[in-house]
Order: sequence, then C-alpha cells, then structure tokens
Amino acid sequence: MEKILYLTQVEPGGELSSFALEVLSGAGRLARDLGCELAVGLVGAKADVQAAADSVAGCGAAAFLAVTGDEFAVSRHATDAAAFEALARNAEATIVLAPGTSRAARAMPGVAERLNGRIDSHITGTAITDGRPEVERWFYRQRMMGRLTRSQRPWLWLVDSGVFDAWEGEAGGATLEALDVPLPELRTRVVGVESPAAEEQTIRPDAELLFVAGAGWTKKQADGSTHVKEAETIIHDFLETTGASLGSSKSLVDQAGEGQEVISFMSHMNQVGQTGSTPRHPKGLATCCHGEEPHVVGWRFIKERRAVNLDPGCGWAQGKADVLYVADAFEVMRRVNELLKQG
Amino acid sequence: MSSGYHIVVCGSLVPDPLQVLEPVEGPDGPALENEMMIPAVLDPWAAHALYEAAHLAARTEGSRVWLVSIGPRARLQQLMMSIAQKVPFELVAADGPASGFTDARETAAALADLIESIDGLDRSRALIFGGRSSASRDAGVTMGMVGERLGVTDQFLAVDKLTVEDDGRLQIMERIEGGRYLVSVCQGPPLVCAWSTGELPEPPNNPQVGMQNMRTIMPALQKAKPVQLDAEGLSYVTVEIPKGKRDTRIERNMGAEDIAREIVEWVRG
Repeated sequence: MEKILYLTQVEPGGELSSFALEVLSGAGRLARDLGCELAVGLVGAKADVQAAADSVAGCGAAAFLAVTGDEFAVSRHATDAAAFEALARNAEATIVLAPGTSRAARAMPGVAERLNGRIDSHITGTAITDGRPEVERWFYRQRMMGRLTRSQRPWLWLVDSGVFDAWEGEAGGATLEALDVPLPELRTRVVGVESPAAEEQTIRPDAELLFVAGAGWTKKQADGSTHVKEAETIIHDFLETTGASLGSSKSLVDQAGEGQEVISFMSHMNQVGQTGSTPRHPKGLATCCHGEEPHVVGWRFIKERRAVNLDPGCGWAQGKADVLYVADAFEVMRRVNELLKQG
Repeated sequence: MSSGYHIVVCGSLVPDPLQVLEPVEGPDGPALENEMMIPAVLDPWAAHALYEAAHLAARTEGSRVWLVSIGPRARLQQLMMSIAQKVPFELVAADGPASGFTDARETAAALADLIESIDGLDRSRALIFGGRSSASRDAGVTMGMVGERLGVTDQFLAVDKLTVEDDGRLQIMERIEGGRYLVSVCQGPPLVCAWSTGELPEPPNNPQVGMQNMRTIMPALQKAKPVQLDAEGLSYVTVEIPKGKRDTRIERNMGAEDIAREIVEWVRG
C-alpha cells in the first residue's frame, strides 16, 4: 500500500501559492485513486504553517506534519533538505509530491539521495495503470514526451505548474504535528531577494500573453540603420499597455556580451528556449524572431501562438505558430500600440 | 584565498539543438535514432559553468579546473575538438552513455565516483559546478545528488553570479520565480553551483589553450573507464514526439493596419 506525502514550503503570511494548491489537488487525487492515505508536510515559520494547514484542513489528509522555525522559513538548501527529509521519514511516505518551485527543486534531489529513493522532475501528467502510478515528463528539452514508472520507493515527484487545478475546499482547524528537526550546520546566510522595481519587472508569470522579441529588433532596418531606441520604446509601450510578460531569443540577449547595442531592460532572465525558460501563458506573440527549434522548444506550453516576421519561410511557418504575419514588426507593433491606446 | 579553488565542472555532450531527434526502442530502453551519428555540443548550461569556472580560476592564483564528463569515448573525443580551444581545463572522463533516458541518479553516482578519483583534488577547496539541467534529460536533479554523495550541503541552483568577497566568502545569486534573484552568502568551499547562463559570453577559440588542453585530454580519454548506467526499477511506458504540428496560416499580403487590428483583437479576446 502506497503512502502519499504532499510537501511544500509556506509563504510568509501563511499562504499557500496557487502552484502549491495545484499540486495538493494532484496529491489528493493520487491518494484517492490509489485508495491510500495522504499526509501534508509543511515548512515555514511557526505561525505561518498553522495558518496554511488550517486553510487546507478539508483536503482529506490523515495527518498534517510541520517543520517550523525562523531558520527553516528561509530558502536555503541545508535547512530545506533537513526539513523535507524529516517530513518524508516521519510520514513513511512511498510517494512524495512537491511543487517544482526553485526551492523544492534545489532541495529534493539531495533528499532523494538521503532516503535512498528516486526522483523525477518536471512532471507534466500522472496516470494509474493497473494500480501502478505513472508520470509523464519531457525529454530533450520539450522535444519528446515520455511516460514512465518506477518500482523503487520512496519516489519523489517534482510537479510542474499547470498540471492540476488548484485545490479548493473548506478551511478549518488542522491538528498540526510539529517535528523536532535539529538545525544542520549553517554555512550559508540568506541575504534576501533581489528584484527589479515593479515598473521595470518584465517577467510576469501570470500574464495572459508572452511577448517575445528576437534579434531582428536590433538589426539594420530597411533604411540601412539600426533603431534600437525606437524598438525599446515600442516594446516597452506594448508591455505597459497589455501587461504582457517579455521573453527573448538567445541571440538577442547574447548581444549584451558581444558589445552590441541592446534593449536595456532585457537580460538572460528573459530568455525563452533551450537554455532559457519554458513559460506557461495562454498566448504568445513572437516578433523579429526566426522561430528556430532551440527557441521554440521553450514555447511548448504556450497555447495560442502568433508571429510577425519578414521571412515567410521562417521556423514559425513550419507548423510552429497558428498565424504568421509576413510583415515589418516595427510598423505593425507601432500601429498595435496606437490602437491599444485608443481603447 | 591564497591557495586557489579546485573547480570541478560536470558536463557532457548533448545533441546539437538544430538536429531532428527521433526516439527509438533500443535493447536497453528508449534511445535516439542514429544517436552515435548525431552532431553533438557541450551541454549548454554546463558550458556556461565551464566558462565561469575558467574565469574564476584565472582570477584566483593556484586554482585548477577539471571537466568531468561521461559519454561514449569516441563522441567525447569529437566534442573535445570543439571545446578544447575555449578555456583551460583538465579532462576526467568515463566511457558511458550520454543519453537523456539514463537515470539521473545513476549518472550522479558515476560523476561522484569520478570526482572522488581525481588526483590532487582538495575537497576543502572544491567548487562543484555544472549546469542547472541538461538539454537531454532536463531533470535538474543531477548536481544536487552529486553534491549529496560528496557530502556537500551548501548547494545553489540556477546560479547567474558568484562573487568572491574581500574576506573570501562567496556571494551567490540564484534565479527564482518571477524574474527575481535569491542572494546568499556562503562561508566558502566546498559548495555546489548548478549554473544558469551566468554572465560571460562564449569565449573565442584560442589555439594555444587548445594545444595545452590536448596534452591532458588525449591521455584522459585513453584512460576513460567504462561505466554502466543501469536504470533498475525504471520502466518507460512510452516515449514519443508530440503530434502537435500546427496548421499555420501564413499572411503574406495583409497590410500593417489589418495585421495590427487582428493582433489587438486577439490580444484582447
């Protein structure tokens, strides 16, 4: 009989993120389908963890376990791994599900080693066949999909966002069992989180639209000159009006290292594709980007795709976009901005 | 630090991203069609780790850089031809699969064994580098397991910047959700850094560096021991390429005004 443990860190204020609630929903479904027990394991500051447990009291968990304390509230491998390990051992879990956050992704591989378990990450689907759990994940950076199963236990799953609907249910009073976990040696001090000012933040994971700018924005235009400042203005205005998230091709962000004039608010953080991110937005609009495979693998989870490019034979035309507009992106996006401002 | 860092970079080959990949069922499970013939590159995030390692070593006297690779010997040799001229390093190699379908845990165990076998490696000065995930398995868990096997519990994932402070402590910036960085300070080595893109461009080829590297690369390849990466207990049910090719509407003659109106309607829709 399997024993399912759902693990997550708690946000300051006692909230569980939408992503965390999605994976809770998946863990609950797995436990129901397998006819086994679910336990919830939470890590964070003491007051926050109780609030979080209460908020999901109706999730059907047989136990709520917690590791609390100020040192466990911050994102650090040594403390996160110690906390997750203690929770998994205490729950005697055979399958552990956690949202694939940066924090869990860093700590869980080490936990798998400590438990002599196995781990799979970037899980994008689950199934049960003949009573045997299976997971789906992509290989070769979203180029092929595999479904696999394992006989070893414990089996740790890092689940991607967007796989399950977020859990919704009754809050209540959860009885929390706090585990006493000795602090490991702390050689790392967490300084804090550095983020651009809100108006400068161009990466917006919850945006409806991903706007991707390719290297074409900084190349010579029909008049034989580059117009990088104008490109910057057009892109900035579009992002401001639509609230879209900004993505980039590798070639554009690499230009900074090559000494070329670049879009000032663009960095490697914006890069989408093989060596960048794989964001999840309902819509994506690519401009001045050729749609080569190393970039487009990052679009795997973008549902509706449109592109503006001067080359009718570009990658987007090869079945990678729903619509390709063969046109000058400067001209089109300038007009798009005008129309958006007209309301 | 007067005695310098001992930087170990884990990284191997992956198919050139422009190649078409087709999964096939091999004798030991899924594989790529014509896998041994597909042109390969150094795994991109591991390549960034290597460039960062070399940059740090060049600024810190007494440092050494090792590249630890597991892959088919002949293919590793081809790969070395393309990267040996980039930055100085010493190769430590094992002859084994570099497939995306090998289990990360087995790969991590073999990498940890290789690292432990390095002559002259001072673990107290060790910075264990690698990519945040490979372009083949894309698990993002291998470096964490390597670190755990080596007993290194200061680990950092998706690193873009490592700065040596005046007192020798190391400040590390990791990418986290929402385009932000988590900033931490570690007392010093040993630590594990799984790199994102870092801040350095790909170095140009330097023939002198290539000649210097090849003196250690060829013997390392000759000495490369075979490793068997079993995946006991792991069963693939299916591996397939998604059939999601879109029926692209290509608008060649639509004016900018009409395109703009259609895009605005779509964005608002």
